[in-house]
Amino acid sequence: MSLPVEKAANLTVSVARQARRRGLPRRRPPVLTALSGLLLLGGCAGDTPSALSPGGAGAARVAGLWWLLFWISVAVFVEVMALLVWALVFRRGNARVRHGQPLRFVTLAGAGLPLVILVAVYGVGLRDLAALGDRPGPDAPTVEVTGHKWWWEVRYPGASGATANEIHIPVGERVKVRLRTDDVLHSFWVPQLMPKTDLIAGETRETWLRAERAGSYRGQCAEYCGTQHAHMAFLVVAQSRPDFDAWLARLDDPAREPRTDAERRGQRAFVQGTCAACHAVRGTGAAGRVGPDLSNVGSRWSIGAGAVPNDAGHLGGWIANSQTVKPGNAMPPQPVDAAQLPDLIAYLRSLE
Amino acid sequence: MSTTTTPPPGVSAQDLARLAEHWAERPTLRGWFSTVDHKKIGRRYLVTAGFFFVLAGLSALVMRTQLARPEAGVVSPQEYNQLFSMHGTAMIFLFATPMLFGFGNFLVPLMIGARDMAFPRLNAFGYWVFLFAGLFMWASLPFGAAPNNGWFAYAPLSEEQHNPGLHMDVYALGLLFLGISTTAASINFIVTALKLRAPGMSLNRVPLFVWAIVATAFMVIFALPALNADNAMLFLDRRFGTHFFDPSAGGNVLLWQHLFWIFGHPDVYIIVMPALGIVSAVLPAFTRRGVVGYPLIVLSIVSISIISFGVWVHHMFATGLPQLSYSFFSAASTIITIPSGIQIFAWLATMLLGRLVLRVPLLYVIGFVVTFVLGGFTGAMFAVTAFDQQVTDSYFVVAHFHYVLIGGAVFPMLAGIYYWLPKITGRMYHERLGRWAFWLVFAGMHVTFFPMHLYGLFGMPRRVYTYRSEPGWDGWNLVSTVGSYLLAVGLLLVLVGVVHALRRGRPAPPDPWEGDSLEWTTASPPEPYNFPVQPRVHSLHPAWDERTADSVGAGATADRILSDGRRTLITSELDAHPERAVQMPESTLMPLVLAGALLIFFTSMLLAWYPVAAVAALAVVATIAVWLWPPRRPDEELGVAR
Repeated sequence: MSLPVEKAANLTVSVARQARRRGLPRRRPPVLTALSGLLLLGGCAGDTPSALSPGGAGAARVAGLWWLLFWISVAVFVEVMALLVWALVFRRGNARVRHGQPLRFVTLAGAGLPLVILVAVYGVGLRDLAALGDRPGPDAPTVEVTGHKWWWEVRYPGASGATANEIHIPVGERVKVRLRTDDVLHSFWVPQLMPKTDLIAGETRETWLRAERAGSYRGQCAEYCGTQHAHMAFLVVAQSRPDFDAWLARLDDPAREPRTDAERRGQRAFVQGTCAACHAVRGTGAAGRVGPDLSNVGSRWSIGAGAVPNDAGHLGGWIANSQTVKPGNAMPPQPVDAAQLPDLIAYLRSLE
Repeated sequence: MSTTTTPPPGVSAQDLARLAEHWAERPTLRGWFSTVDHKKIGRRYLVTAGFFFVLAGLSALVMRTQLARPEAGVVSPQEYNQLFSMHGTAMIFLFATPMLFGFGNFLVPLMIGARDMAFPRLNAFGYWVFLFAGLFMWASLPFGAAPNNGWFAYAPLSEEQHNPGLHMDVYALGLLFLGISTTAASINFIVTALKLRAPGMSLNRVPLFVWAIVATAFMVIFALPALNADNAMLFLDRRFGTHFFDPSAGGNVLLWQHLFWIFGHPDVYIIVMPALGIVSAVLPAFTRRGVVGYPLIVLSIVSISIISFGVWVHHMFATGLPQLSYSFFSAASTIITIPSGIQIFAWLATMLLGRLVLRVPLLYVIGFVVTFVLGGFTGAMFAVTAFDQQVTDSYFVVAHFHYVLIGGAVFPMLAGIYYWLPKITGRMYHERLGRWAFWLVFAGMHVTFFPMHLYGLFGMPRRVYTYRSEPGWDGWNLVSTVGSYLLAVGLLLVLVGVVHALRRGRPAPPDPWEGDSLEWTTASPPEPYNFPVQPRVHSLHPAWDERTADSVGAGATADRILSDGRRTLITSELDAHPERAVQMPESTLMPLVLAGALLIFFTSMLLAWYPVAAVAALAVVATIAVWLWPPRRPDEELGVAR
């Protein structure tokens, strides 16, 4: 059986390869691609969520802005270093001290030239700010994302179900993302798709995503939110429109019924035990809202918002005592006896 | 204490003996605790800030060790979060500003030809409060109760419901406590620089370092109340059930951020500005000419100190405020790079016209130019809102501000340490040891922080105690860690160099560098009264100026010797016309007692021993009353009337 996490990884790698073959949404000289490849130490970008290998309109715009700023900086740095080296080479030893006050040089080089450059950059920056702030219309597909310490709740208006730490979007469309937090500040960041938007307690924020290519893009909380800020990642999965529609339709259906005896025993343990107090599985009695909805947990890319891969071993470890995996998270160690644990694992992994 | 072997011309031996008698402090334990000498206090600031720098630096080494490889378990997440919070808080509040205020304390009176700070007792009080507040905050770490919410302490994570325990109470109370010291020192700098300048030192002859310190002091006085208000509200929320930052009860979490950054962005310049002043002070001796464009640099200093109050929202570009306000703050943040550009090119022009004397202080100035310029580029990038939103709260911003703060503040401080070590200690440092330390520090700094630009762009957020293995993250994080060890070794060599100078260094002459400002016209280290004769200043570079030299030699007059008491001259604010001589206070234990009472007050507030806090508050009031009780002295002695 191929593990879901491997699937996701393979998918991402192949997406990255395709990206390199097809080039980026905005033109970028090959030398820069080579440069950033080199900087990644080894040249294989893999699934690094690099802002310099954008997969969507928002991040592509910012990547273009970066290269503009980068080359301006290189030019000015060369200028300053040239002056410094000149002084170090020619103004030592017996150099005669000159007592002039070259105020015109200082004003032009230190204020005049920078002012021209900065005004131009400011103009470009305003254009890009307006482009990022240009929200999709009311008919655009919408995702509602709620930040929790330390995971992401993901809902779609009109769909009864929910998922966690995984945001599915149709490829090539602008998707509205409505952001709320249940507790402290978080920040929604998908470097390859879109710059950050903070989640502000007591308010609702909005951003948008648009992926040009199918594939998965890693996102992570970027505002310090406490003990497990490091483990608050998510995945944006961009799918073709039909695949997305099919996936979204399943979000309304009851979760997959158990098929084996072990799965059935696992379901019973889940619904009647402590699990259901905090977690929901659609179509069963479990309707807790404290932790993530687990109706499709078997197909997710990770456990604990990027803490560990989603496989049987890690799942068992998580259920028994998630505090060793992600210290400080809200789930206490579970009094599951050794006989029950394999059943629970089998059941949860069947929920695809 | 060195003694002057021959009395300078113009002062009689009797005058010197009288000055020594009036300004002497007893070398007893009590004398140690009661001193009000700005040079001793300045040295204590430098040593204490250096000690907190070591603690904060060691915290960083533990963090870098944890981050050397993915999923490491060197420290727990709770420990890591306390370490990074204490690292930032201590570096900003307990190292950078106090270190620069230490330079200011030691140097401002010497540079302006005065015999002490305007308020010597307030000065001593400021030091004791700084020491106690620093110990108050660090003492929480062994108890596992150190601040754990970053140096920025964003609400609502800092609120009681999300962050129980003493952590953030230590933060709020510690910074309120420390703020007393910073405010007192700032008032003292302003009054000293405006009223105690030697005759003839009109505003256009004030050394650039003093300009920088005064502008900084004004910024502190306007910026710090915002932070104090923030911390007072945080403490009230946590301890007494108010709801300033609780949206469920009508509070607002962004209120914290606005107030914090109204303080926080000026604070960047509060740290960098005096350091830039050190650069301007060091350059003349090692380029053999005055800094190019004095009026331009003064204008830059003043304009930075004003504009810096209008850029704070660029720290909040991801919070979703209206685009119109972003475009305003983006413009202001863009413009503020211009005055720094002017200063950089003024220093470059100075180097291009002068003759470089490549000693260790100049090496650090060159290292400063290279590093600070790079930090400036990324700083200008953060003014571009769209780019800021992509890289803020990633390792890119960590790279940026370490370039600014190590390049723009620590390198100048190191230049200043080597430059003024002969004046402060009376001993010369070991040149070769200093060069080794420089190259290690310079290389270590860039090896540590340059890669952070890269893995920031590659999507690594900051303030994470660990990370999942990613192709662009692992290798560069290891490089950063190796660099941080290199940097630590370099800084250790700096410390070795200072200790070596103290133990083995050859005695320093009064003016080893042929410097241009007044501190080089007095003994190394200076006598308790600083100047046997307060000079009459005739130019911007008084130590290079014959007429100023003559004013303390053959041209010395009794109204500037003032040997009949512990006195210094008061002059007018703009032109430094002599007004009168004032009596300076004697040493006293009052500052220490008051700071101690405040320590008891803040500690008992922290531990919720409110009756003890009330008693301590009474003790504070009583101490202030005793301290300020008008002395029974004739008016004439007070200098009030003649």
